[in-house]
This record gives sequence, C-alpha cells and structure tokens, in this order.
Amino acid sequence: MHIHKLEKVWIAIGFVTLVAFLTTVGIQAFASDGHHGAPSDLTKLDPEKVHETEPFDDPGLHKIGENEYELVMILESYGFTPHEVRIPEGSTVHFQITTIDVVHGFEIAGTTVNMMATPGHVNSMTYTFEEKGNYLILCNEFCGTGHHFMSAELEVY
Amino acid sequence: MVNALDARLSMYHFYTAFAALLIGGFFGLLQTLVRSEQLTLPVDLNYYQVLTAHGVLLALVFTTFFIFGFMYAGVVKTTGEFASHRRKAAWIGFVLMLIGTIMATTLILMNKATVLYTFYAPLQASPFFYIGLAFIIIGTYFAAYAIISQYRSWRKEHKGEKSPLFTFMAVATLVLWLIATIGVVTAVTLQYIPWSFGWTETINVALSRTLFWFFGHPLVYFWLLPAYMAWYVTVPKIIGGKIFSDSLARLAFLLFILFSIPVGFHHQLLEPGISEVWKYVQVVLTFAVIIPSLMTAFAMFASFEIAGREKGATGLLGWFKKLPWSDVRFLAPFIGMAFFIPAGAGGIINASHQMNQVVHNTIWVTGHFHITIGATVILTFFGISYWLIPHLKGRVLTKHINNLGKYQIVLWTVGMFIMSAAMHFSGLSGNPRRTQITSYNGHEAAASWGSYEVAMSVGGTLLLFSIFLFIGLMINLAFWAPKGSEEFPIGEEFEDTHQLPKLLENWKVWIAIAILLILIAYTIPVIDLIQDAPPGSPGYQFW
Ligand code: HEM
Ligand SMILES: [Cu+2]
Ligand SMILES: [Cu+2]
Repeated sequence: MHIHKLEKVWIAIGFVTLVAFLTTVGIQAFASDGHHGAPSDLTKLDPEKVHETEPFDDPGLHKIGENEYELVMILESYGFTPHEVRIPEGSTVHFQITTIDVVHGFEIAGTTVNMMATPGHVNSMTYTFEEKGNYLILCNEFCGTGHHFMSAELEVY
Repeated sequence: MVNALDARLSMYHFYTAFAALLIGGFFGLLQTLVRSEQLTLPVDLNYYQVLTAHGVLLALVFTTFFIFGFMYAGVVKTTGEFASHRRKAAWIGFVLMLIGTIMATTLILMNKATVLYTFYAPLQASPFFYIGLAFIIIGTYFAAYAIISQYRSWRKEHKGEKSPLFTFMAVATLVLWLIATIGVVTAVTLQYIPWSFGWTETINVALSRTLFWFFGHPLVYFWLLPAYMAWYVTVPKIIGGKIFSDSLARLAFLLFILFSIPVGFHHQLLEPGISEVWKYVQVVLTFAVIIPSLMTAFAMFASFEIAGREKGATGLLGWFKKLPWSDVRFLAPFIGMAFFIPAGAGGIINASHQMNQVVHNTIWVTGHFHITIGATVILTFFGISYWLIPHLKGRVLTKHINNLGKYQIVLWTVGMFIMSAAMHFSGLSGNPRRTQITSYNGHEAAASWGSYEVAMSVGGTLLLFSIFLFIGLMINLAFWAPKGSEEFPIGEEFEDTHQLPKLLENWKVWIAIAILLILIAYTIPVIDLIQDAPPGSPGYQFW
C-alpha cells in the first residue's frame, strides 16, 4: 500500500497532537493538584432508602473546617433539598448528591460544577467559590414534565 | 440505470425518510419557539413529547431509512441487481422498520413514551415503545443480510478481484452497526421490555446506560460513514477528479470500526459508578478516531487538487477555483465537509474530561450534534438526493432545479450556522439542553440565555423553510422532472491498484481486533456494574 509522503507527515502531526492532548487530559485528571478528574464516585446506596442512609439522612450544609463545607443534597423530580444555601466567599465546598427517583443532572451555571445523579449511586465533587454572587443550581437532565422547574440557589457572600 | 425493482426499494426508503424529516423538522422549529417563549404548546401536547418525537424521527428514523435507501442503490449499482431472495429480505426489513416507526411515534404522540430518544431508565415508557424500537433494529438486520450476502456472492464470483469500493464501505458500515447494536438490543430485550411489562420489578440503571452508550457512539458513525462513502466514492467523480487512494479509503473505514465502539464512556464521564481509570481508557480510544478522520480530510483535499490540476489549475491553491461551485451535487457535501472542521474540534472538547465539565448536558452539546449530523451528514445526504432521486426515477436534474437546490443548501447552511452558534455560545454559560423554558424565574445567571434562544428560533425558521424547499424539489425530481438518465457518479482511482493488500479484505482479522478492543475497554467495568450493583430502580412515569 502506497502512502503519499505528505500524507505521512500529516498523519504524524495528527498523532503527535493526539498524544499531546491525551497527556494533558491525563495529567490533569490524575496528577494535578486539586484533582480534575471526572466525578466518578463509586459509593452505592439503596435508592428507595435514601432518607435513612448516611449522609443523606441529614441533608444540608455542614461546616467541616476553616472555610470548608460539605453540602449534602438530595435530588428528586422536581427539586433539590436543600434548595437555598449560603456560604462565605472563598469557601471550598464538597458536594455529595444522590437521587431518590430518576436520573438528574447537577449543574451550577457559570462554574465547572456539573455531574450526574443516577439512582443507587452517590456522586461527589469539590469546588472553591472565589467570587461573590447568586449562583443558579439547575437540573440538566430530563426528569419529567416539570424538569424546567428544577432549580436551587447558592449564595456566596 | 438501476433496475426498476431495486429502484423502487430505495425510493420507498427515501419517501419514509423525507416524511420523517418534514415532521421532525417541524417539531424542531416548535422547540425553538417554545424555548424562546414565543409559543405555548396546547395542553395535550407537552414539550418533552415533541422533543422525543424530534429525536426519534430525525436521529433514528430519517437517518436509518435514508442510509439504507442510499446503500441499496450503490450496492446494486456496483455489484449488480439483487437476487430476488435478497430483495425480499430488504423489503421485510423495510416493513419491520416502518411498523416499528409507526408504533414508536404513535406512543410518543399518545404521551405514553415521553422519555426522549435516549429513553434513559428509570423513566419508563409503554413496553410497546421499546418493542417498536426493537422492530426498527430487527428490520435493519434483514437489510444488513441483503447487502452482506450480496457482497459475499460477488466475491465468490469474482475470485482474486478487489470488491467495489462502495460495496466494501457499505459492508464496513454494517459490520460496525451489527456490533454496535448488540448493546442496545441487550438492554431493550433483557432489561427494558421485561421491566416495562412488570415481569421484573426493577432495572439496573447504570448498566442500561452503559449498554445504551455502547451503541450510542457508534450510532453516530453509522450516520457519518455513509456520508463519507459519498465523499470518497461519488464526489471525486462529480468534480471530474479521481479517488486519491482506494486502499487508504478502505483502511480508514476499518479504523472507524475499531475506534468508534469501545468509547461509549465519553458520554458518561460525569456519571458515578464507573471508575476514572476506565473512563480515561475509553477517552484514549476515542481520540484515536482522529487518525482515520485526518486520513479522510487528506483524501478529500487531495482529490480536489487532482481535479483542479487536471482542469489546468496552477499555483499552490489555483485548483480551489476550478471546483464546480455551482453544482449542487458538489456544493452541498463541500459545505458539509467545512462544517466538520469546527464539529471535529467540538468533539475533542467534549471528550476531554475537564472541558466536558463546562459543557456536559448544556445546549452546547445540542449545537455540536446539529453541526455534525444536522449539517455535515445531512448536507451530504441532500447532495446525494439531488442526483440519486432522478437517477432512480429515470429523470434528470435540470439546471433550474440545480439552482433552486443551491438556495435550499444556502438556507440550510445559514439556518444551521445561526442556530448552532447560538447553542454553542449559550451552552458555554450553562444553558441546559432538553429544557422547555430556561429563564429560571429571571435568575441573573440565566439572563443572557433568552436572546440566544431567540436566535435559535431564527435559525430554526430558516431550516424549516429549507426543508419545505427540499421536499418540493424532491417531489419535482421524482415525478415531474424531464425523463432521461441522471448519472450515479462512481469515481475512478487516481493510480489504479488492482492488487489490494489481502489484509484489507480479511474481515475476520478486523472483527477480531474490534472485539478485542471492546473486551479490553468494557469487560471489567461491566462486570463491576453487574456484580456490585446497588438495588435496582422501579419505573417512573413523570409526565
Ligand atoms: C428544522 C431543523 C431543526 C431544528 C429547528 C432543530 C432544533 C432543535 C432544538 C431546539 C433542539 C434542542 C431542544 C432541547 O434540548 O430542549 C433539538 C434537539 C435535537 N435535534 Fe434538532 N433541529 C433540527 C434538525 C435536526 C436534524 C436534521 C437532526 C438529525 C438528523 C436533529 C437531531 C436532534 C437531536 C438528536 C436532538 C436531541 C434530542 C434530545 O436531546 O433528546 N435535529 N433540535
Ligand atoms: Cu431534570
Ligand atoms: Cu460519542
């Protein structure tokens, strides 16, 4: 099979770019500070016993250190519990979420907080809020005809 | 000329495809009008029903019918007419797909399957919705049988010759399809149908999503490869050039089979229950698809340059001006190729963990697939229709229709550009997809989205006009255009290579590598999803 010289060069450039991209993604996912991998929590629970299972038996904001919080949230069609949260500027928040019914999305518009909640699983991620403001938390996966009403607020003061 | 019986087979597929395009496109415009709050739907038709129908009719029905209509025509053109038992199998396939489509669409319109076209559990549709989908897939198996068995007997009768490129590519596309559908067929038959009938109480949600995306990503290649068939085989002839390299074209298709299946996790990057390591493994395999994509881009531009130089072009880029810009058969696929440049870049963004974090499930993603399938693929399909419909109906593409066709293509291009640009930009600031209204009671974070939604509806309006014009022109080409014979363009090779590397047509080897990659990428995470599963979920009907 004959391959044109220019095509070899072209494919080689493509290959080098590919390796460079994958290395960047890989380093950021596994070796960077603060860990920027995809939210992939492996914790499981019974989706019909969420309210009796730790930590979801006590949903809400829990202070766990200087400027550090844990936010435990339950998602269901069509709402978040809790649905109004206030935290001081500069706080680091560890989100822990799950759903009691169908699949939902957990997105904070304008940030990189974005993850799926699938029944039977806990999902989690961490984010530091450096800017004051009123943030919109919304569900970004279709969860029924009231899906567009499913939102909550997070105020950073 | 294709013989009348096979021509009819293809035409029935096109009639169905174009009907789906018209209805689906109309629903698409409704969506943009509702999202931008310019229209409220009547109470007995909710937004998500419309959206389910849009996804099913366009992404599943339009594409599948068009693709089989096109592949049948090309296979018959390059290997001779269908033996009658194969034609019969193809018709059975058509009828099954049609029954499945009617079942699924009826249930959606009855509000018994408002689960969107991805039907994620534990939202639970009527069992007959899943059975309808199963009919569509079983229908494609009959269709695949017709083509693959035609190819095998051609090879038996032509020992030592290389198979026609078009038919080879059709077979490669079907091999991809047959492997890919294993995922969705398993989910539908072993999980969704028993669960929706109530024979099993709960469903393993994470497993069902994984099986769906095992199918969902190669599904997009099932749409794209037929467009590539047109680019590799027919476009060089239309522009008066040559196919740059027959063997590299085949190799590219084989690589697409390898790298488009073991990659479904890139749709599940933000999902719990799948470890990061396995996600990354599949991201690596996802990126590998860059190689055959770059080969395709190279081949296209090489054949453009060859064509231009044969027409006397000089200088580095002189050939560009020699391309037949006023021929709709070329203009449409060319614009499709151009759309694939940002579309490919967008795909790389979506597959990269950290950037995906910003855009996942925002309307950016919807923008992405409207420029891949909704522009690259569909513009190529439009381009094909302008010569294939008259070819099959014994008529000709007149200059007049060609000129109107250019307007249709330009309308589509501008409409899709406006709509998908608005989708991409507002998605970056978080505007969610699959959402009826995105004002969130006037929340400041959502303040900028409204004007983008209006832009989407402007684009959507142009798109629907383009569909009207297209359907009108197709009716004209099928029934009224002057009789004659329109060419089915099949390119010739630049350097004739009679001998193919044997390996390229050794399907066992390629299928074995594909299966090996799938086993590497999926075995351990799937075993985990089954063995270590949390209690399952009952069904919910939240509509
Ligand atoms: C008149 C032309 C079209 C318009 C106006 C249009 C508009 C839209 C809009 C606004 C959405 C997003 C709705 C939402 O997420 O809330 C959407 C989704 C979608 N469109 Fe289109 N579209 C058009 C053509 C197409 C074509 C030709 C295809 C494929 C062949 C297509 C496939 C899809 C798919 C698969 C979805 C996703 C559905 C889902 O998220 O469940 N569309 N379309
Ligand atoms: Cu939702
Ligand atoms: Cu994909």
